[in-house]
Amino acid sequence: MSELLKVPTMAEFMAAGKQPEVLFWVGCAGSFDDRAKKITKAFVKLLNKANVEFAVLGTEESCTGDPAKRSGNEFLFQMQAVTNIEVMNAYEIKKIVTTCPHCFNTIKNEYPELGGNYEVMHHTQFLKSLLAEGRLTIEGGQYKGKRITFHDPCYLGRANQVYEAPRDLIRKLDAELVEMKSCKSRGLCCGAGGAQMFKEPEKGNKDVNIERTEQALETKPQIIAAGCPFCNTMMTDGVKNKEKENDIAVMDIAELIANAQDL
Amino acid sequence: MDYLPQILFAIALIAGIGYFARNVKKLMRNIKLGRDVDVSDNKSQRWKNMTMIALGQSKMVKRPIAGLLHVIVYVGFVVINIEVLEIIIDGLTGKHRIFSSAGAIYGFLIGTFEILAVLVFVSVIVFWLRRNVIKLKRFLSSEMKGWPKNDGNMILYFEMVLMTLFLVMNATDLKFQAMDSGNIISQHITPWFSNFSEHSIHLIERTAWWLHILGILIFLNYLYFSKHLHILLAFPNTYYGKLTPKGQFENNEAVTKEVKMMMDPNVDPFAAPPEGAETAVPAKFGASDVKDLSWVNLLNAYTCTECGRCTSECPANQTGKKLSPRKIMMDTRDRLEEVGKNIDANKGEFKDDGKQLLGDYITNEELWACTSCNACVEACPVSIDPLNIIMQMRQYLVMEQSAAPMELNNMMTNIENNGAPWPYNQMDRLNWKDE
Ligand code: SF4
Ligand code: SF4
Repeated sequence: MSELLKVPTMAEFMAAGKQPEVLFWVGCAGSFDDRAKKITKAFVKLLNKANVEFAVLGTEESCTGDPAKRSGNEFLFQMQAVTNIEVMNAYEIKKIVTTCPHCFNTIKNEYPELGGNYEVMHHTQFLKSLLAEGRLTIEGGQYKGKRITFHDPCYLGRANQVYEAPRDLIRKLDAELVEMKSCKSRGLCCGAGGAQMFKEPEKGNKDVNIERTEQALETKPQIIAAGCPFCNTMMTDGVKNKEKENDIAVMDIAELIANAQDL
Repeated sequence: MDYLPQILFAIALIAGIGYFARNVKKLMRNIKLGRDVDVSDNKSQRWKNMTMIALGQSKMVKRPIAGLLHVIVYVGFVVINIEVLEIIIDGLTGKHRIFSSAGAIYGFLIGTFEILAVLVFVSVIVFWLRRNVIKLKRFLSSEMKGWPKNDGNMILYFEMVLMTLFLVMNATDLKFQAMDSGNIISQHITPWFSNFSEHSIHLIERTAWWLHILGILIFLNYLYFSKHLHILLAFPNTYYGKLTPKGQFENNEAVTKEVKMMMDPNVDPFAAPPEGAETAVPAKFGASDVKDLSWVNLLNAYTCTECGRCTSECPANQTGKKLSPRKIMMDTRDRLEEVGKNIDANKGEFKDDGKQLLGDYITNEELWACTSCNACVEACPVSIDPLNIIMQMRQYLVMEQSAAPMELNNMMTNIENNGAPWPYNQMDRLNWKDE
């Protein structure tokens, strides 16, 4: 199947003297994490299906610096930022889409001051725009009528006020969208942000992802939808911890849409 | 004519307002100890935020019960204080109820005040019950022991006493009762005093009048020592609140300068600094004490109402971690007060006391528990940003002390060496395509 994926690089576009419509910023998780790679591929399938002329930076992409900045290493963050900006400016990048809310937030909000000005979209926003332009259609398929709850990623929701794009896409699947008691602006963190993903939690009486998973389970969902590779990991671990992995799937919105069309 | 009461009144007024002004000056000096930041942009949005959030209480009502009660007390406070204007004029001129000549309008106003006074009284009792009988979790955290707890209750007692005095003052004011306009509540209190002689009733009225105005002056001066300062500072604080998306953390300018220099191909990193060039004293990266924080952070600290909405939404706190964003704000304020007192005691000069915000007030453990989720910022009814302080302190820990937890150091080394937080080779970044 995977040989069908068309994933051109910026270098290839450049060599052909062309500009892509949009740069797909894959991110570190999307490039290396086994679970997140599936999200990356699902999104690429949708891009291919919609005939979007996109490119990736491939080996020229490097960490945005988000985990470094949130850890307090502003130096490392700015070094990463300046390096990435240099690469993207050399390619005259105008528009970026990414499946990671952390990359989305950093490039959109923190790069401009350092010289990187781009239009940046989260993949749920981008998919929604493809839908609106009639380039992509969404069918319910296997998800018709399924109970799906959406976990708001902090860096998409509170941080950037994007609450509706992912929800609109879920509704398009003809699924039953059920909300957790704390959702949208009051959504509880999955526990991964602020570089917590890369360290053991501080001493406490519970892990944050367990607390959040319990809130999700209260809605009796068949699927927990996520829009962030890190949230995905945290919620997947939470569901495993509750021994519910056979009943409840944790899925990215891009995967839901791609699966529904058997891509 | 006997001028003694007027003279006494004038003295009380001057003393009350004078002492308050002195403390306000101190407050401003302390806030200005903070690092300068430019917040002069986007004035119209700032006015709008202040109007909506401070004046309009738009964030308070996100929690409907507390919000509604708070709106009542707030409106009551503002409206009933119009009456203080009359009290002041009466006190200074020796006139009695100078505005009463306005007739029906006056009756309407006082009637409104009386109704509000009762509503405030009831709300304050509910507030007291929430704190002391229902024992809401957010009022019981460890940082709420001792003074913060007493402070919270003191304010409520103050309000109860002031409202009672206001109603008693009206009820025992026989001339006012005779007007029979606006005494909508107090007319029902007057009969309680029916056994008293006219002279005693007058005495009670005068006593209530004096205690009421003295109470207000004392309350005014209590503010500085209390979380109740928010009734004033909420206005500037919401005005200077963050306007950019919550996820946008400011880029440290001192670092930007260094990075630019390092990345500039024309700069030879090994060259000796040019003759006579000022070797800029390397700025301290991040914050370890209150003076490293921005003045907006410090204004935030003084504005904090200790309501704990931030802490009750905090994922770290909810799962038993030591971090409480409210404590971050209270610690910052307490340390700033300590620094301020140090300056007062040493004739305007700060003498090193061997203490700082980091370590003596806020521990590393608290700082490392934060997920940077912005729930605290979202929850705060007066636009306080505890996360901003946490991040500046993390910067100090990492860039000045290299004191990050080991796993984070590994993560950062990975980013530095292979452009990803995990030990994968950057050259393998596109391998997923063919897997
Ligand atoms: S940003 Fe940090 S302090 Fe604020 S609520 Fe989230 S984890 Fe708690
Ligand atoms: S920071 Fe805001 S939310 Fe937190 S206790 Fe203070 S006023 Fe309340």
